[in-house]
Amino acid sequence: MTKLLEWVFGVSVIGAAWALVTFDLLNLRLPVAYKEVAWPMPVYLLVVFGCYSLATVGYRVATFNDCEEASKELQDQIKEAKEDLRKKGLKM
Amino acid sequence: MASHSNGDKYSVLLPTYNERENLPLIVWLLVKYFGESGYEYEIIVIDDGSPDGTLEVAEQLQKIYGEDKILLRPRAKKLGLGTAYIHGIKHARGNYVFIMDADLSHHPKFIPEFIKKQREGGYDLVSGTRYRGDGGVYGWDLRRKLISRGANYVTQVLLRPGASDLTGSFRLYKKEVLESLVERCVSRGYVFQMEMIVRARQLNYTIGEVPISFVDRVYGESKLGGNEIVSFLKGLLTLFATT
Repeated sequence: MTKLLEWVFGVSVIGAAWALVTFDLLNLRLPVAYKEVAWPMPVYLLVVFGCYSLATVGYRVATFNDCEEASKELQDQIKEAKEDLRKKGLKM
Repeated sequence: MASHSNGDKYSVLLPTYNERENLPLIVWLLVKYFGESGYEYEIIVIDDGSPDGTLEVAEQLQKIYGEDKILLRPRAKKLGLGTAYIHGIKHARGNYVFIMDADLSHHPKFIPEFIKKQREGGYDLVSGTRYRGDGGVYGWDLRRKLISRGANYVTQVLLRPGASDLTGSFRLYKKEVLESLVERCVSRGYVFQMEMIVRARQLNYTIGEVPISFVDRVYGESKLGGNEIVSFLKGLLTLFATT
């Protein structure tokens, strides 16, 4: 199953469950409280997911390692390499 | 230093295009770290008809380090990365293959760590990650970091790939794994590297990770523009819908 189909399937299942409760499709006569909670759930979950995403990406950007020493080490090694290669006969 | 080769040999594929300045440096570093570690290796330079004379420099390097260590597999013009790998491994004598960039953004000092990780877990492929552990990047501003992390997040949500860095191109593959994956991958650019990991998962190959530092000296010249972002998203959605 492709990822797209997994999503379509998952959303359908959750969507069906939501519609069942919110619109009382099977005439289960659930308490009103259930419907009141279920009705805004999709929007609520989207907002929660949106906030989680922003927070996660924000955190990851803030903690993205800056490899200062890696750059410095590379600069030093480049000098060393050029010297050594020159000695070995490389014509740049 | 003791040689612990086990009979394993590592082929390093270096696709190059206009890397006249960097090629000698990356080869020098590879020779240094492989030499110190005692592992058997060969470096395969796949030059796509670089107009700046990269091939000529590669030939000089071959004279300095030997034809058994430096192999040349040039091509007439700039073709895709996937075909470069296919072309490169055709005559590779290693049973393991490293792929990496020739522009010094990937540092050969991580090679022993890749090998150690691969032996620890018997992994089919080991991927260098900039996003975990003490992996990281040098030379990126806030905008670039935001795009990178944002794109990676979207990819993780949509594809749930089981690897933290999908667009990275510093990896170690078992040779037969690389061969089987490259055949199946159709994308280009960043998305090609992503597709390799996604297909690897589909085929139930095991994936290990090693944190790496990525030193971007090119970013100032080649900004990540709208076009590249759009084609990345197109590629991502294609993978989402077809795998």
